[in-house]
Amino acid sequence: MPTQATPAASVGPAGAPAPADKRLKMLDATVKKHQARSDALIEVLHHAQELYGYLDADVLLYVSRTLRVPASRVYGVATFYNFFTLKPSGEHTCVVCLGTACYVKGAGQVLDALESAHAVRAGETTSDGRLSLVTARCLGACGLAPAVVFDGEVAGRVAVAAALERTRQWTDGHAR
Amino acid sequence: MPGETKPCRVAVCAAAGCLSSGAAQTRAVLEKGVADAGLQDRVEVFGTGCLGPCHAGPLVQVSGEDGRCLYAHVQEADAAAIVSEHLAGGRAVETLRVEGEEAFFAKQVKVVLDNSGETDPERIETCVARGAYEGLQKAISDMSPTDVIGEITKSGLRGRGGAGYPTGLKWSTVQKAKGARKFVICNADEGDPGAFMDRSVLEGDPHKVLEGMALAAYAVGAEQGYVYVRGEYPLAIARLRTAIRQAERAGFLGNHVLESAFSFRVDLRIGAGAFVCGEETALIASIEGLRGTPRPRPPYPATAGLFGQPTLINNVETYASVPAILRRGGAWYASIGTAKSKGTKVFALAGRINRTGLIEVPMGLTLREILFDIGGGIPEGRPFKAAQTGGPSGGCIPASHLDIPVDYESLASVGSIMGSGGLIVMDDTSCMVDVAKYFLDFCRSESCGKCVPCRAGTVQMHALLERITRGQGTLGDIGRLEDLCVLLRETSLCGLGQSAPNPVASTLRYFRDEYEAHITERRCVAGVCRFAAAEAAS
Repeated sequence: MPTQATPAASVGPAGAPAPADKRLKMLDATVKKHQARSDALIEVLHHAQELYGYLDADVLLYVSRTLRVPASRVYGVATFYNFFTLKPSGEHTCVVCLGTACYVKGAGQVLDALESAHAVRAGETTSDGRLSLVTARCLGACGLAPAVVFDGEVAGRVAVAAALERTRQWTDGHAR
Repeated sequence: MPGETKPCRVAVCAAAGCLSSGAAQTRAVLEKGVADAGLQDRVEVFGTGCLGPCHAGPLVQVSGEDGRCLYAHVQEADAAAIVSEHLAGGRAVETLRVEGEEAFFAKQVKVVLDNSGETDPERIETCVARGAYEGLQKAISDMSPTDVIGEITKSGLRGRGGAGYPTGLKWSTVQKAKGARKFVICNADEGDPGAFMDRSVLEGDPHKVLEGMALAAYAVGAEQGYVYVRGEYPLAIARLRTAIRQAERAGFLGNHVLESAFSFRVDLRIGAGAFVCGEETALIASIEGLRGTPRPRPPYPATAGLFGQPTLINNVETYASVPAILRRGGAWYASIGTAKSKGTKVFALAGRINRTGLIEVPMGLTLREILFDIGGGIPEGRPFKAAQTGGPSGGCIPASHLDIPVDYESLASVGSIMGSGGLIVMDDTSCMVDVAKYFLDFCRSESCGKCVPCRAGTVQMHALLERITRGQGTLGDIGRLEDLCVLLRETSLCGLGQSAPNPVASTLRYFRDEYEAHITERRCVAGVCRFAAAEAAS
């Protein structure tokens, strides 16, 4: 990854993703707060993803330079943890919890139905970019099993039909 | 009004579960109703930690001189009824009360969760009024670090993360270890699917955890602490941040705690979604900003942990048990529980059970009492099949062992583990081969890949289970699975790989007939598994 990304990184100063962007200043503030220590890498990546929505090669290289951590290590960390994503996510996100309690109560069927209805696999985004379908290991909302998060809002005891209805509002709301 | 207690207290559950069923709106209606009825001098409405029976959320507890009353599924209209009938009229709204409230609470003993319904986790003064930081105060003014460790040892407290290592012994090892600096870490990377004890404790009573950490730091001689929290728990993170800020301002954390020579600073580290980071050496690597891969022990973190320095790592619930021990004495704590497992344990009840929720019971209560008396049994009168404890590292306990006492040794003797406290109930709609496959799928994708037995072994075991659930297995596959169980247990680098075979081993032990039915009869007793082509052809 690092070699391919180098040309793109030369767009802005010091590989800045977008010049005159407030977000970069905010990221710099986080780096400063941690005195640019290399052990703050995960904290900085968290903030970067919060600001940009995902971590592209430019952002990773920028972090690598400011923290003086080899790009290979930044990439290694960013790909090791499930929380970080290197691709932009869809307009809407639907997270199906696959924790044990949810699984025992039928979360698998909810996921299967969503996958086939929207022709997308878990962890991917529909080709029109409207919906990202994600799975979670456990939201800790086991009392509400099966739980599904629609755009950040946790819904409990979600039946297949209800999940399809919610997501179809997002995908069918626009002319094809 | 800080510190002042009004005669009637209305606690609205502010844990993540109830909030997602609309507890915030419920609270707003209650607050407005109380103000409109002019009751604010007598009635206090506040948010509190998990009230317990999560299936009945949003929960509202009204307590006053005439006792306590817990309301279930309180929607906005119900909240208005509570204001007019109970708060203004003085009559409990019987139709809204939680079903089986008495049975749910009768056998519970609250030590870690004793502030549920009593304090507002976002206001430190309500916690201090209930004794928060009293233990710390006592330790700093009257006790030496060795005295503190002595009290913990006397209490018999064992690690609540699952392994059950004696806490006093761990603390004294770190105290004796030599290093330029020492660290105290709270492992709040609650990764077991189906477990939400740590989330609830952090959301409901963060000060208890912080006080436990401060006591540990005082005992071992550390000045810096970290709480490593799962990124999936935004509310717990927010509450911890608030709690740390308030505790620093009140002088319980930071430089010169309570104007003594002892200083202790706590920082948060947010996990990024890796189950293996619950393993202590992987967690340390993650705090150092690296990939969360474990390393061989020894050296143990107690002698060479974070940044190579002596490091104490305990679980959330372990720290949360500490303040009460200091306040009330180790002997008091040791009087609860069994001979080898002292104190209480928090469990997250979930799955096919009538009353899902968060409970705290004395060690040694039987599984039957927990599931049927507290949990209210299985819905729709279905038969109980198995209880799964310890998540992907644990095992399934069948009906024949329902009467075992729940403590570290007894659970291990039937092939499961105490684990961190997730307790998932299954009935005849669950296929045990499918459940084993579910956990292996989990371990397969969460394996960090550093050591071969875990990386390759979990994949092979999953493939064998996949074959069996499709009706394509052979009887030889069972032997292969058993061999792999031994191999992974004996040769994996860390706890993840060593315990990954447990769900398979325990289901093979108690539900071997289900495996055989899949193979020889192509039949799934629960009707979960779909058998491929051959059957359609025949």
